[in-house]
Amino acid sequence: MFSINLVILIPFIVAALLPFSFRRFKKNHLGWFVLIVPTVLFVLLARLIPSVADGKTYIHTYEWIPTLDFNFTTYLDGLSMIFALLITGVGSLVILYSIFYLSSKESLQHFYCYLLLFMGAMLGVVFSDNLMVLYVFWELTSVSSFLLIAFWNHRQGSRQGAQKAMLITVSGGIAMLVGFIMLHTMTGSFSIREIIASVSEISDHALFLPAMILILLGAFTKSAQFPFHIWLPDAMEAPTPVSAYLHSATMVKAGIYLVARFTPVFGADEVWFWVVSIVGMITLFWGSFNAVRQTDLKALLAFSTVSQLGLIMSLLGLGSIALQFGYSADSVLYTQATFAALFHLINHSTFKGALFMVVGILDHELGTRDIRRLGGLMALMPFTFTVALIGSLSMAGLPPFNGFLSKEMFFAATVHIMEVDIFSLTSFGIIFPVVAWIASVLTFVYCMIIVFKVFLGKPQPEKLDKPIHEAPIGMLISPMILGALVVGIFFFPNLLGQYILQPAMGSIYPTFGDSAYLTPKISAWHGVKPELLMTIGVIIIGALLYKYLKLWKPFVYGFFPSIFTFNSLYNNLLASSVRNSNIVTNRYMNGLLRHYLVYIFVFFIVTVGSYLLYSRAFSFDISTNASFRVYEVCLVAIMAAAAVSMLFAKSRITATLLNGVLGYSIAIFFVLFRAPDLALTQLVVESVTTALFLLAFSHLPDWKKENLQTRTKLINGIVSVAVGLIVVLIGLSVVDFNQFDSISSYFEDAYELAGGANIVNAILGDFRGFDTMLEVVVLFIAGLGVYSMIKLRTKKEDENIEDQ
Amino acid sequence: MKINDVILRTISRIVVFIILTFGVYLFLSGHNTPGGGFIGGLVLASAIILLYLSTDLETVQKSLPLDFKYVAALGVFLATSTGFGSIIFGVPFMSQTFAYFDLPIFGVTELTTVTIFEAGVALTVVGVLVTIIFSISEDGG
Amino acid sequence: METLIIMLIGILVAVATYLILSRNIIRIILGTAVFSHAVHLLILTMGGLKQGNVPLLKEANAPYTDALPQALILTAIVISFAVTAFILVLAYRIYQDIGTDDLDELRGAKDE
Repeated sequence: MFSINLVILIPFIVAALLPFSFRRFKKNHLGWFVLIVPTVLFVLLARLIPSVADGKTYIHTYEWIPTLDFNFTTYLDGLSMIFALLITGVGSLVILYSIFYLSSKESLQHFYCYLLLFMGAMLGVVFSDNLMVLYVFWELTSVSSFLLIAFWNHRQGSRQGAQKAMLITVSGGIAMLVGFIMLHTMTGSFSIREIIASVSEISDHALFLPAMILILLGAFTKSAQFPFHIWLPDAMEAPTPVSAYLHSATMVKAGIYLVARFTPVFGADEVWFWVVSIVGMITLFWGSFNAVRQTDLKALLAFSTVSQLGLIMSLLGLGSIALQFGYSADSVLYTQATFAALFHLINHSTFKGALFMVVGILDHELGTRDIRRLGGLMALMPFTFTVALIGSLSMAGLPPFNGFLSKEMFFAATVHIMEVDIFSLTSFGIIFPVVAWIASVLTFVYCMIIVFKVFLGKPQPEKLDKPIHEAPIGMLISPMILGALVVGIFFFPNLLGQYILQPAMGSIYPTFGDSAYLTPKISAWHGVKPELLMTIGVIIIGALLYKYLKLWKPFVYGFFPSIFTFNSLYNNLLASSVRNSNIVTNRYMNGLLRHYLVYIFVFFIVTVGSYLLYSRAFSFDISTNASFRVYEVCLVAIMAAAAVSMLFAKSRITATLLNGVLGYSIAIFFVLFRAPDLALTQLVVESVTTALFLLAFSHLPDWKKENLQTRTKLINGIVSVAVGLIVVLIGLSVVDFNQFDSISSYFEDAYELAGGANIVNAILGDFRGFDTMLEVVVLFIAGLGVYSMIKLRTKKEDENIEDQ
Repeated sequence: MKINDVILRTISRIVVFIILTFGVYLFLSGHNTPGGGFIGGLVLASAIILLYLSTDLETVQKSLPLDFKYVAALGVFLATSTGFGSIIFGVPFMSQTFAYFDLPIFGVTELTTVTIFEAGVALTVVGVLVTIIFSISEDGG
Repeated sequence: METLIIMLIGILVAVATYLILSRNIIRIILGTAVFSHAVHLLILTMGGLKQGNVPLLKEANAPYTDALPQALILTAIVISFAVTAFILVLAYRIYQDIGTDDLDELRGAKDE
């Protein structure tokens, strides 16, 4: 059977193969080959739309680490279907576009490798049922986004933007991970479906609220919600196809996905409602407010994306209120906010994708995206203009474009929320329509800026480096397809509603019975209602504001000095953390190896020693000891004396010989303790070692008297004695330990098992042959190391002589 | 460093052969009595080192014209390839086997694949040890 | 006997630690050598001392002394020899290139 796991894996596999196969595609653009992947996946998924629309779901599990409850479980339902179609569909268009955007001189194999990596990771996020697997894919999207933003890594801006995006999204991701672990603690499961099934048991749990906040942090950082939105404008340093794909259509919507996915878990909570909808509202306003003042078209679009994401987020928050009332015939009144969120999600991907591609065309063909240098392009770039017009008007919420439909539904949802009489919404609810309306007016203004300032007015060819000309047809295909969708969805919205949105509603409200009743019928005209009046108001006030932009813009925006922005907060935080960690590290990392060793030894003493005391593991019993003879005691005394006098040895030869005494004495001990193999080996090795020391001494200076400070000597002495003491304590406890039987009796059958009578040798060659093999390898590496250290240097010296 | 050490040189020439023989004996007898690849290799290496200490580098290299790096490499190859050899016969990595054969002259003899493995170990030890000692002493000695 | 040997091991470890904490490279290398002697003895002692005959099946009768620690030590001896040889050569190469065998003089720049 067709498995969803495979859908996730295919992009990864192709990405892994790219570096090896790209040479074959020297003649043609590598993109043509890569384009096959998302297109095939899109078709495969699209074939499942009818059955998913019937409420069918596909689950597939591969066990990964079953003992830890980590399973690679994929789950295809209505909600993941929307996202998967967006990822593969927009992915295909973006790759098609990138073929004309990026020249073959760029390191395409890297670009497409990262892009496929992202695609696989993003599909993994939306298909994973297991939270841990979801988290892994989630972070992978951050990593691939980092690589893509920094694709032109010779630019400082790219690197900094990538770092910023990475730091913010990954720290949010870690918060989310903690939230997931809390969920696991509460429910005992990592499976989203199982967690949803056990929601009623956890809503009073003490960890419920922290888990919710932490997971929301992850979603908000990823979806660039206020105040974490600051990474998105900087991420615009990426090549435009990447911005269109990751930073408007897919990755930034992962947070939306997460919020939608967790609505059945947390949605019934008041905090969830307020946090999600208020944060969404603030983001909506702040994004549109900042977009108006941008002069860089891409930055404008970035802030507009922030604002639109806030819109979707707030709709999801508003929709969660339906869970307060349970399933009834009136549910549709509240669930339509969620419906509008999903609807706008798709619409946004279409019109924003088209707009990004238009900006990419301008940048590519004219060499600038600065609004002040552009103007009057309409006549010279008619196709580009058409697409830009469709996208902008749709974003502004005008008919006959899909943005109008979802914007109307958004207004309707904010108006409805005022009438709900819980959470004291009757008094505070008024803020929702007001903020929504103001933000929409600002949205209208910046949409007009795109249309009028760039395409209408007087052309300014003198400010451009290149002559104004229309883009090649290949570059126009993708934005035109998206533009056609924008119009098409307006005329046939219910097709989308029935097949794609309705099953997703079923996933967000699994307890609500038939999802057909949750889905409103989308219609462009529904009588004179508040939402229509709001739209008309937006157009009138927006047009006025645009007309008098010059009058109020400097005044309003001059109000906010740049010091108090979140951007400078981020920068200061980053700079000070680098500075402070340098100070702290330099305090103990002083470059003296001796000090590091002291840290290690002290750590050993403290942890092992205190644990020994704490666990009362220490035991001491002399009665089980073997007997000893006088000459054995003599040998011990000799060794102790030899060891101690090593400390006071005047010359290095003496010290080395004393070390030899220790070695040979140990060989004698090996004989006494019935270990003939060891005795033989020790004897030979000791001889060779001593010879080695003597050989090396002929190259080294004689050792000087160490003039350490008394304090240092004292510290070293104390540390050494303490280490020795701990070893003694451990040794005594272990010798006394007899809770398990020895495993060595197994090896006594060596003659039957391995055909050898020498047990030690049988262990080395047979039972533990693998260890011995690796040991031989280590020995060989050491030998090669010695050889190359000596020989390679000789060559280098020769070269130096030649240079002179 | 030429020292007048006639006695050392004369004796070591004889002793080296005794040590070499002893090393081979240790290597072969390792399966049932003390000995084996490591010890055999160590003893063989120490014989060569003794030869070097009593004469000089040129003499050793003349009488034993081997590059000991390759000896070590051959040893590692032997040791690892017996491990992989077992895979070919469908048993787990590093499985060793043994059997008894009735050979003329030797009588009932045990032949095991461990011997090949041990030979690898011994060659590695000899090669590495001699390489280390020679590289140090060659270097400006 | 075990207690006695463990005391000896303690002394060896203390001496080795003190040597390792000094500035001279040769002393440090000697310290590691003493350390490995101590560890070999420790492993052997952990298996129990004098509790059986030589682990050679044809030469002696049961009970045999524990063969597993012996196998471990045999490996350890060879490895520690390899490591000693390596750091000895490292030390002398450092001396040739930098001209010191004093660790305090080998430390890197202050702000690294």
